[in-house]
Amino acid sequence: MNNYKLIYKISVIIVAVLIALLVGAIIILAVGDDVFKTYWIIISMPFKNMRSFSEVLIRMIPLLIVALGISVSSRCGIINIGAEGQMYMGIIASTIVATNCQGLPKFIVVPLCILAGAVAGGLYGFIPGWLKAKLEVSELLSTVMLNYVAAQFFAFCIRVPLLDPNEKSGTPMSRRIAENATLSKLFRGMSLHQGIFLAIILVVVIYILMFKTTWGYKMRAAGASSRAARYGGINVSKYLIISMVISGACAGMAGAVELMGVQSRAVAGMTSGYGFSGVVVALFGALHPFWIVPASFFFGILLFSQVNLQILTSVPPNLVKALQGLIILIIVAVQMVISNPYSIERFRKRFFSKAKTSRKEA
Amino acid sequence: MDFIVNTLTLTVRFAVTLMIASMGEMFNQKAGIFNLGCEGIMSVGAFLGMLIPFSMVGAGTAPGYINILGLVVATVCGALLGLLFGIIVITFRAPQGIAGIGMQMFGVGLAGTFFRSFIGGTQSITGISAFEIPLLSKIPVIGKIFFTHNPVVYFAYLLVPVAWYVIFKTPWGLKVRAVGTHPRAADSLGINVTRIRYESLAVGGAMAGFAGAFLTLCQAKMFNAEIINGRGFIAVALVYFGQWHPIKIFLGALLFTFAQTLQTQIQIFVPQFQYYEFLTMLPYLLVIVVLAFNRKSNRLGPSALGKAFNREMRV
Repeated sequence: MNNYKLIYKISVIIVAVLIALLVGAIIILAVGDDVFKTYWIIISMPFKNMRSFSEVLIRMIPLLIVALGISVSSRCGIINIGAEGQMYMGIIASTIVATNCQGLPKFIVVPLCILAGAVAGGLYGFIPGWLKAKLEVSELLSTVMLNYVAAQFFAFCIRVPLLDPNEKSGTPMSRRIAENATLSKLFRGMSLHQGIFLAIILVVVIYILMFKTTWGYKMRAAGASSRAARYGGINVSKYLIISMVISGACAGMAGAVELMGVQSRAVAGMTSGYGFSGVVVALFGALHPFWIVPASFFFGILLFSQVNLQILTSVPPNLVKALQGLIILIIVAVQMVISNPYSIERFRKRFFSKAKTSRKEA
Repeated sequence: MDFIVNTLTLTVRFAVTLMIASMGEMFNQKAGIFNLGCEGIMSVGAFLGMLIPFSMVGAGTAPGYINILGLVVATVCGALLGLLFGIIVITFRAPQGIAGIGMQMFGVGLAGTFFRSFIGGTQSITGISAFEIPLLSKIPVIGKIFFTHNPVVYFAYLLVPVAWYVIFKTPWGLKVRAVGTHPRAADSLGINVTRIRYESLAVGGAMAGFAGAFLTLCQAKMFNAEIINGRGFIAVALVYFGQWHPIKIFLGALLFTFAQTLQTQIQIFVPQFQYYEFLTMLPYLLVIVVLAFNRKSNRLGPSALGKAFNREMRV
């Protein structure tokens, strides 16, 4: 009977959620606002009308794509927190392609832009992967540093080479990409764009890659136990690099989609922290493509609430970042509790020993 | 000449932030805890360093003791956050890398939230002003570089030999190193591994909080949500660079602060240089290059670094 294990898991998760809500409530109280009102705004606003629901969805798209990539590398035992930088690189590449492909038909330009983003992001993911595999540089440090480097490079690009010549105010931003490079909106008057199809396709692709191919198997083996994998004849460093390239490519694509679907031009701060939130989403989705979908939806709600909190309450939007950090801390702790056989056993003895015997009697 | 003296003076002053933060991180890592949350703890420290003087006297000049109070509060809260991290990675034995990222986001987010609601926008404070040591500061060149700082700077430099002494010459330091190298052996000798790890996290967190408060009170003299800007991560990298030795970490902090100050000074002294983003990148690139060429030192680190200790588990 696996029953008690499931109940154990669920009750641990409920306790964790309560702790997260409680700490969040303490922060909101300290800021001096109404706790229930704030939580209600976070939960209810997305479902108010179709327009705000689509606002959630457009935040979900890049989150989902980034998180899928991060799940690949995490399964391979390398934590990619450089998605932010890889997104920037993807945006730069896809801006270059989009602004230089005027006159070409849409069905060529759009895939080309996404491809450019994927390649740039993948190359940028290759660096920390290679550094980890060949030179044993901790990916945690190298990816963070590369984030800052990419952010500066992006700032340079939109200020000098890609600067919009028609922009008189001096705000660094690229030219608006032409219509043939944008992802069109799905419904009239709503912000939801075609990028959602790419996200759905990627969910399936990543699932097949990770669970139905030898590559995926080898990557997962390398992540589960690199020593055993090496003993089994898997070239661990090769798969480390591959997983980082895939991870970076996903982040780059997310950047490209954000550019082509939402912003239409490269502007400062357009990654809006998706790279870091992606880590949280991937963890929250248990590193499984199918679970990452609802997880990214949930975090889409959270990120969308930043807008509403600013308008409707005095709670600063930075709260969402603090909550995300809190959620990571709680998830990693909860995972350890869930997988701890001792506490499962204790739980079973405490609550289920009686139930079992009574069932036998019946 | 002016350029060189200025750069060196500021290097000596600003090195404190990285130095103290990575000294704290060294205590964590010596005990086997990889605390990537340093950035978050520094952020909270930086915010508190600003909040205390600001809430007591507003934007005006705060008397010295209030600034010191800011430093103390930041240090204490840093220690508390270190202990919170301890609950996650020691008691729950969560993977430390990812928990560190959580800690970083939590700290930065928390500081940003409270900053927005208590202070509002970017505000500058007078902070702790420089203090010229009589006579010594009159020595040409050297006097300006070494003897025109505020007392906190000298106090911080004093912490380097103290850290060295504590980690290598005291029983507690020996326990910390034992716990980080071979926790099981330490455990069988009656050392309380969990307790020592918690203590080292408190010390490390306190130093990170102090470093953050120093950044706002003595260096930037203002706060915004992105003020730490990767310094916490650089501090972690410096521990690798300094091969877990306080003196080498100290030298590393000087080198990196020099790189950082140099690029800001070039921006000030050579305003016609257009591509300043590349200068800003330099310190971060330097970290990557240094880590890449330092691969041997990975083996010099505490051998139980990043591994949770489970007393009940059989090996």
